[in-house]
Amino acid sequence: MTGIIEATGLTKTYGRTTALDGLDLSVAQGEVHGFLGPNGAGKTTTLRILLGLLRRDAGEVTVMGRDPWTDAVDLHGRLAYVPGDVELWPNLTGGEAIDLLGRLRGHLDPARRDDLVERFDLDPTKKGRTYSKGNRQKVAIVAALASDAELLLLDEPTAGLDPLMEVVFQDVIGRMTQEGRTVLLSSHILAQVEKLADRISIIRDGVVVQTGTLVEMRHLTRTTIEALTVEPVTGLEALAGVHDPQVGDRRVRFSVDGEHLDATVKHVAGFGLRGLTSHPPTLEELMLRHYGSELDRNAGAVR
Amino acid sequence: MTATLTPTSDRAAAAPSGHVLTGTGTLLRFMLRRDRIRLPAWLLGITLFTLASVAALPDLYPSAADRQARATLMENPGTRAIGGPGYGLDDYTFGAMIGHEFLSWIAIFVALMSIFVVVRHTRLEEETGRAELVRSSRVGRHATTTAALSAAFGANLVLGALLAVSLGSLGLESVGWGGSLLFGAGLAAIGVVFAAVAAVTVQLNEHARGASALAGAVLALAYTLRAAGDMAEVGGNTLSWLSPIGWAQQTRVYVDDRWWPLALALGLTVVFVASAYWLSTRRDVGAGLVQTRPGPAHAGDTLATPLGLAWRLHRASIVWWSLAMFVFALGYGTLASEVERFVSEMSVIQDAVADIGGTIIDAWLAIIVLVFAVLAVVFAVLAAARARSEENSGRAEPVLATAVSRTRWLGSHLVVALAGSAVLMAITGLGLGISVAGALGDNGLIGRVLGATMAHVPAIWLVTGIAVALFGLASRAMPLVWIVVVYAGLVGWLGQLLQFPAWAIDLSPLGHTPLLPAEGMRWPPLVVLSLLAIVLIVVGLAAFRRRDLESAA
Repeated sequence: MTGIIEATGLTKTYGRTTALDGLDLSVAQGEVHGFLGPNGAGKTTTLRILLGLLRRDAGEVTVMGRDPWTDAVDLHGRLAYVPGDVELWPNLTGGEAIDLLGRLRGHLDPARRDDLVERFDLDPTKKGRTYSKGNRQKVAIVAALASDAELLLLDEPTAGLDPLMEVVFQDVIGRMTQEGRTVLLSSHILAQVEKLADRISIIRDGVVVQTGTLVEMRHLTRTTIEALTVEPVTGLEALAGVHDPQVGDRRVRFSVDGEHLDATVKHVAGFGLRGLTSHPPTLEELMLRHYGSELDRNAGAVR
Repeated sequence: MTATLTPTSDRAAAAPSGHVLTGTGTLLRFMLRRDRIRLPAWLLGITLFTLASVAALPDLYPSAADRQARATLMENPGTRAIGGPGYGLDDYTFGAMIGHEFLSWIAIFVALMSIFVVVRHTRLEEETGRAELVRSSRVGRHATTTAALSAAFGANLVLGALLAVSLGSLGLESVGWGGSLLFGAGLAAIGVVFAAVAAVTVQLNEHARGASALAGAVLALAYTLRAAGDMAEVGGNTLSWLSPIGWAQQTRVYVDDRWWPLALALGLTVVFVASAYWLSTRRDVGAGLVQTRPGPAHAGDTLATPLGLAWRLHRASIVWWSLAMFVFALGYGTLASEVERFVSEMSVIQDAVADIGGTIIDAWLAIIVLVFAVLAVVFAVLAAARARSEENSGRAEPVLATAVSRTRWLGSHLVVALAGSAVLMAITGLGLGISVAGALGDNGLIGRVLGATMAHVPAIWLVTGIAVALFGLASRAMPLVWIVVVYAGLVGWLGQLLQFPAWAIDLSPLGHTPLLPAEGMRWPPLVVLSLLAIVLIVVGLAAFRRRDLESAA
């Protein structure tokens, strides 16, 4: 089955800077796809290419089966977008901007609009120039979510929202996916993606370095094990896939690759288990694994 | 950039912490760095324009008799309203002419430059949120205002010096060094006053555009007071003395060379600057003293299309431009009854009139209409440039992410620019026509003047087309169109009078329009201009569809 977004080998350069360097991305119908990466990794550039606002230098991309550059207008009638940095017209009120953007897209559900305005606690009578960053973002979110778009492209949509509003946002997005809509959610806020996303793509330096469900990724990566045993554990270092073992007297702590988890736990169990805790890798650890080398390199440069 | 903001040498020599002016020097250098092209362009532009105009005087008025003919025109209140109070009329030297013909016009540009410098570095910074970043570092409460005012004051001093040196070195009879120094100082004083005015308006209005408009309104008031006072009485009356522009002219530069009226400008500046500092302590960063009122929670019916949005964004500017051009057109029209006598005494203008053809009134009308056409070009290019600021600010992005094509989006701004400039020319034609018809008692003139103004529309659209084509190719290339506008302005103001060579006039898009009502109507140039405009617009729209959107961030 082809996804609602299919991109292969996307490349985009600005002068001498390479923003995207052969990016592959696949988003399936009806899923919330987390698009994770640090600032400057190429998330916004990717979204702008998916919107036909930027032209790709190389690679293939389809959105809902069509080319976003040539069929931009038709596609835009079926999708909604929340920019990362929302700029509003200084002398238009938030309510006017919401209505305008909805009408330009071609559809706006007035009841849903009013409901969203209320839920997000937005004052629609204020002029664009008087809104804070968070409130500008709310205007764009309401405008996007009040539509009946099949696909939502959200670029760090909650970066300026307070935690309360973030809960509202998560709730609304959950409702939308129940209606069968597809969401591409770019973020560097890991916890948010963890709560919402069915699948995740991690982008780094213009390339997607990993894609999959959270479970798959955790399987692929290391789990941290802490065990209390009856007898001191020996022979851990010899096992395949075990990292950073810290062996104390009847207490051991190490991390282990997903594929070697079974064998390692059996080995430890042989010494008589009195307590066992395991931490699945958090997204922070997933990210660190992919950015770890870079961090090391930067750290090296500083030294 | 970071290095510019916090050089280490500054830290070492910094004032005691907590001082309200801490960081002023650094900010000033930063502002000058940001304006390193803009400010010199203003200074050179104003200086060269003044120099070119003054240098043309001996050609325009070769004999004392020619100048004296011009002086008799100053007996007309309308001429005084446009020019100045009327002094030194018994012996109307080149110097006295400069004080009347040029000073009040140049004053407008000097004041605008000062207003823009101050607003740009204070309120605009606050509006965008950049000021917050700056103010959170070791920067005193009054540092930004002080630095912006210093930049504006400095620019005016440099401008005054440039004007003094360039005019003084012309060696024109009656235009000596002392007078030129006073001329430069007078204009600088006007600039300094309006920089201080802007420092106050940015405290009141929390929006840069609003603060500029408010300061611009004060400028309009100053001009109107001077015009009203000078109209009422030769030499001006009390009203003239209420206007900073009036003070510069009351120095009677190049005739009596009085310095003391400039002390009034200095005093007013002190008052405004003190008020600005005081007001700034009465408000929060980012806020204004005048609260904005809430607006409608839902959009009206017109705000449903790109064109509706474009109209909404340009509406206020179109209304103000229309009003201003109508009033100016009415004012110029009242001169019609004097023109014939004036021209009959002036050899150069007679030559120009003979060149253009038709009666003296017709030739004069043709020249006036051309001047208004240049103003309409400025409007049209500013309106087209709105598309650029929408794109660069990131406001175009959400619109273009809806079911609006690039062509429709840019086309909407373009329709407003094209239709708006046509409306302006129509309004100008009506205003000028009505008032000329009234002055000469010939109602048939209304239609003829209207025809003359409308004949310029294709050329105006051609310049708009150039702007759009540049924008389509690359957003950052768009300001290049101002070269065309300035050139067209120069040729429009002086080309016929100084009898520029034909090729130089042809180089201006506006040089091809038949000079109605003096010349006969010629359709071919208008058709060609229109076709070229269409081609350029199509190129612009097509190129814009093919390029990346250049959003901020």
